[in-house]
Amino acid sequence: MRLQFVLSQIGNGLRRNMAMAVSVVLVTFISLTFVGAAVLLQMQVGNMKDEWYDRVEVSIYLCPPDSSVPACAGGEATEQQVEQLQDVLTSDSLSPYVEEVFLETKEQAFEAFQERFGDQDWAQRITVDQMQQSLRVSLVDPELYQVVADEVAGRDGVEEVIDQRSILEPLFLVLNRATVLAAGLAAVMIVAAVLLITTTIRLSAMSRSRETSIMRLVGASNFFIQLPFMLEGAIAALLGAVLASTGLWLGVRSIIENWLAESVRWVNFVNTGDVLVVAPLLVAIGIVLAAISSLVSLSRYTKV
Amino acid sequence: MIRFKKVSKVYARGARPALDQVSLEVGRGEFVFLVGASGSGKSTFLRLVLREERPTHGSVFVAGRDLANLSQWKVPQLRRQIGCVFQDFRLLHNKNVFDNVAIALQVIGKPRHHVMTTVPETLEMVGLAGKEKRLPHELSGGEQQRVAIARAFVNRPAIILADEPTGNLDPTTSVGIMRLLDRINRTGTTVVMATHDDEIVDQMRKRVVELVDGQMVRDQDRGVYGAAR
Repeated sequence: MRLQFVLSQIGNGLRRNMAMAVSVVLVTFISLTFVGAAVLLQMQVGNMKDEWYDRVEVSIYLCPPDSSVPACAGGEATEQQVEQLQDVLTSDSLSPYVEEVFLETKEQAFEAFQERFGDQDWAQRITVDQMQQSLRVSLVDPELYQVVADEVAGRDGVEEVIDQRSILEPLFLVLNRATVLAAGLAAVMIVAAVLLITTTIRLSAMSRSRETSIMRLVGASNFFIQLPFMLEGAIAALLGAVLASTGLWLGVRSIIENWLAESVRWVNFVNTGDVLVVAPLLVAIGIVLAAISSLVSLSRYTKV
Repeated sequence: MIRFKKVSKVYARGARPALDQVSLEVGRGEFVFLVGASGSGKSTFLRLVLREERPTHGSVFVAGRDLANLSQWKVPQLRRQIGCVFQDFRLLHNKNVFDNVAIALQVIGKPRHHVMTTVPETLEMVGLAGKEKRLPHELSGGEQQRVAIARAFVNRPAIILADEPTGNLDPTTSVGIMRLLDRINRTGTTVVMATHDDEIVDQMRKRVVELVDGQMVRDQDRGVYGAAR
């Protein structure tokens, strides 16, 4: 009887306040979509970091015979200089940062080059001597690239130190900026959602004040009086969260899985599976939003 | 059943107390008229029993409980033992007679079969059998008040508080309502009724408690309305 009564109360409340309920659904939908987008973008960044940071290395290009860089004024890097550099990289001060060092000789560089571009016409004219020796350093923590670079750059025989990661940085920058943007919009929309839910519940409570005063009079508990209002908010927020999850799922499916992932194969994109991971989070956020809003607005209307 | 011990209630600081050092005991099964002009403290008395207000001084005991020590979340338990009837009926206009009475049982979690049997019983007792499906505006004032009484009594409370229940009704209808309250009283329910209606008080010959400016000036068994004047 009780459950049935609560359900009919909720039904009445939602019907009477239809326009407000719909706007709550829509606002939570939009705000949670932005939250979800931000989370998915960060998952994408994480995916790409995991995939690529393991492979990227710091390349220390050694002086070729005819370099214009001042550090290479002494001509091609000598074997002694190369050994010194290797000693520095494996010394006690740097070894905590360095995972592995290996010397790529001209021949190896040439092989790698031919393997990659061998089918191109212009590549046929490149000779082994035109290639450049380099030390390839993989780091324990790719983020600490600068420590190694500072120590090695400017030493005799070093033409240039390049962090392969820096090639990826602009991409991550874009993704991170997009995350900030999405999170910012999400924050604004969440504030709007909280205010709207608060107002909706308040309106609903006021339009039923006669009913609640009678319920109080005949001995209904506070919880029982508040429950229908809280559930109204929760149902609206829940619907918003479900819509947001569906929207993200469709978006990822049509934009990423059916289009980007087909044309850009070298990136490990987020997929609809990730959306399913994010969805419970959105639902939880939606319910927490509704709960907070109802606590705020109901405490005033339920004085015994 | 209800005991007031030197109860004072001051609403605004410095203002004249709405109730001033009132001590009173109402036993189980008694019928008490609370009379006095508007603003004499009758409504405050009823609100204190319901614990809608708390006394500024003194203590109020209802059904063996000291309301000062009653924690907030137990207040609903207290109100389940008290039925309330008002001058303006306070029915829900969009619910029919049955639902208006049933709500009192539904909100305290009574099982469905209990509601289905008790509500028609009570409606029959107040003389509204067969009008379950009517909406409040389709009923006369007297009938609406009967619905309100049914709602107050359906849970078989120990106490019925009635705040000028005949205030909006013509004399003939009022007599009917009083008979009903009397019948309820005979089932062992304590009834406290605040009223202006001297005819009714004089007819019923019940205990009369008179308040003037918050002070109890008379407590008379089998009293009449205007004895003190």
